[in-house]
Amino acid sequence: MKIKNAVLFLLIIALIACGAVISVKGFSAGNIKIDPVQDRVKLGLDLKGGVFIVLEAQTDATGSELDRIMEQTKEVIQKRVDAMGLTEPNILREGRNRIRIELPGVENAQEAIEAVGKTAQLQFLKSDGQVILTGKQVKNAEVVFDNQMGNQPMVSLSLNSDGGKAFQEATKEAASAPVGSPERIIAIVLDNEIISAPSVTEEIPNGQAVITGNFTLEEASQLAALIRGGALPVDLVEVQTSTIGPTLGMDSLTKSIHAGVIGIGLIFLFMLIYYRIPGLIADIALVLYIIIVIWVLIGFNAVLTLPGVAGLILSIGMAVDANVLIFERIKEEIRNGKSLRTSIDSGFSRALTAILDSNITTLIAGIVLFQFGSGPIRGFAVTLMIGIVSSMFTAVVVTRLLLKLFANLGILKNIKLYGA
Amino acid sequence: MKIVEKAKIWFGISLAVMIIGLIMGLVQGLNFGIDFTGGTMMQIDLGKSISVSEIKEVLSPFQLNEDILHAGDKNQEIIIKTKKALNTDERQRIFEAFQKKYHLKDDALRQAEQFGPSMGKEIQKKALLSVAIASLGMLIYISSRFEFRFGLAAVIALIHDVFIVFALYAIFKIPLNSSFVAAMLTIVGYSINDTIVVFDRIRENLKYMKKKDYAMLVNNSIKQTLTRTINTSLTTLMAIVTLYILGVESIKEFSLPLIVGIGVGTYSSIFIASPLWLIFKDFKSRKMAKFRMN
Repeated sequence: MKIKNAVLFLLIIALIACGAVISVKGFSAGNIKIDPVQDRVKLGLDLKGGVFIVLEAQTDATGSELDRIMEQTKEVIQKRVDAMGLTEPNILREGRNRIRIELPGVENAQEAIEAVGKTAQLQFLKSDGQVILTGKQVKNAEVVFDNQMGNQPMVSLSLNSDGGKAFQEATKEAASAPVGSPERIIAIVLDNEIISAPSVTEEIPNGQAVITGNFTLEEASQLAALIRGGALPVDLVEVQTSTIGPTLGMDSLTKSIHAGVIGIGLIFLFMLIYYRIPGLIADIALVLYIIIVIWVLIGFNAVLTLPGVAGLILSIGMAVDANVLIFERIKEEIRNGKSLRTSIDSGFSRALTAILDSNITTLIAGIVLFQFGSGPIRGFAVTLMIGIVSSMFTAVVVTRLLLKLFANLGILKNIKLYGA
Repeated sequence: MKIVEKAKIWFGISLAVMIIGLIMGLVQGLNFGIDFTGGTMMQIDLGKSISVSEIKEVLSPFQLNEDILHAGDKNQEIIIKTKKALNTDERQRIFEAFQKKYHLKDDALRQAEQFGPSMGKEIQKKALLSVAIASLGMLIYISSRFEFRFGLAAVIALIHDVFIVFALYAIFKIPLNSSFVAAMLTIVGYSINDTIVVFDRIRENLKYMKKKDYAMLVNNSIKQTLTRTINTSLTTLMAIVTLYILGVESIKEFSLPLIVGIGVGTYSSIFIASPLWLIFKDFKSRKMAKFRMN
């Protein structure tokens, strides 16, 4: 019995130690390869450096109208960002009428902000490069189907009155050029990139035009969206910009990790000195806690931000709480004259309600924080919630198991070693 | 231990801090960070420590009415904060002024941040809403697991913590910003934790109570959980104080309210929440007594 307990005890510790080593160093054997944690954790912009911009649409629109506007705006920005060739850029709608653009690894913030933040430039150009129309003169662009040509998708444009006039003149001129000559072509250019170059067949009056071509439905809707997007239905105002230099991000991360290691070291030492054997076991359980939290974060594809790192370190401080509750209870039981093993059992069960109720209330705060927070605060809330659940598990299950196994070994029975 | 007997003193201390905070807040105004008021922050690595007055001189043509902080291991970096919203061009011009004077490379601009004024309002609104909803959720949970009086006392203690930290920030004119809000919300979660542990003990002791001496019961429950309360606060503080000492500027902004909040939260779970519960309890038994007399 004692040998079985000893083997199990050592096995669990060995497993936790393996987990810790694999997390730090990585592991590879045959087909199985586990990357070290540091290569797998996704870092937020504030840690790896880059630029983020929050733009606000100036509009009174609501409901589906607003959704349409925001969707269009996002499309245009997405296209511009894609052109920058970044790894993992992130564009998301934030709140009601804002768009958050995250550009990791951007070194020259100035250029990036200009490239993304400038007003969309949609132009219709003559073959000689002269501007006929700009996006401001396009009222709408949508996909229509050509009834005569077997429901071929086309893009229909409607222009405002002076746009219509300018377009009429230009098409008249183009239509007079010989068939097949480049003068017949009117190029539609978005941000200096030709998105379509239709050939003019006849003069187009009244500001209504159709672009035909062998479009698939998808191509046609994309073109329509781009033209609409170029004619941004709203002005965008920069409400927040942040540039974090790559060195600052690295600095923040290393300094936080440095602080974390020292803080955790202090906690480990405190537990060991104050609670002796249970303290040592709590420290082992804490190592497991840290491993679990980090891997769950990786599993959730969570992005680690600076507040997230702070939340993680804070959660380690708080994770000790469940252990402290239990150990204090065990000490009381020992003082009341119970045997060591009974004290451990009743200490755990008596501490359980306090652990559950206190953690669930904190969890309620975490959920609310996640629901109503934005950006980095959400990251913090996720870390907090993962931390609470993992700390309950490690304290109630792992610490308990290890402590019972150790007590059953029958060595080191002196209750002083249990902090009493 | 006579904690509940001196409840008037503890309530008085808290009330005094809140009132001083309120008066100071009204007289000198709250110091809002630029992410609340709108404004611009720039962090530049100058390579060596430069005095504030010299930096002010470089900035004087821009008329920013700025605050200047030093950062970095050797104070070689400066953080400029102004309530003016500067666009990219203006920020570039300011950086160029420093570049020219101190012969800096492009990457010396370590961080630049600009906030529109509308962001702050929204953060404040969301924060208030979060605290309100979280409090309500906790009130419901605690009432169902304990009883309503416990829930009410815990939530009042919680709001007490938020007010006290707020008052301390008003008194010492520390800037209120979104890190502060995040930290406050964390405190809400943390301080309730402490309170629940004491309440759990009261709930347990209620079962074994022989004499109807509630004051003694509360005192004993606080005493029995005291080591735990102190040790947990200690370990949490160990983690967060090292972060404050060794962390970068934005981490410091986040950990300071946490340190203050953990202190206040520990205080309130011992000196505010349990005495409050006793008052609510007494209130009920007095009403019952009256009822019986009639």
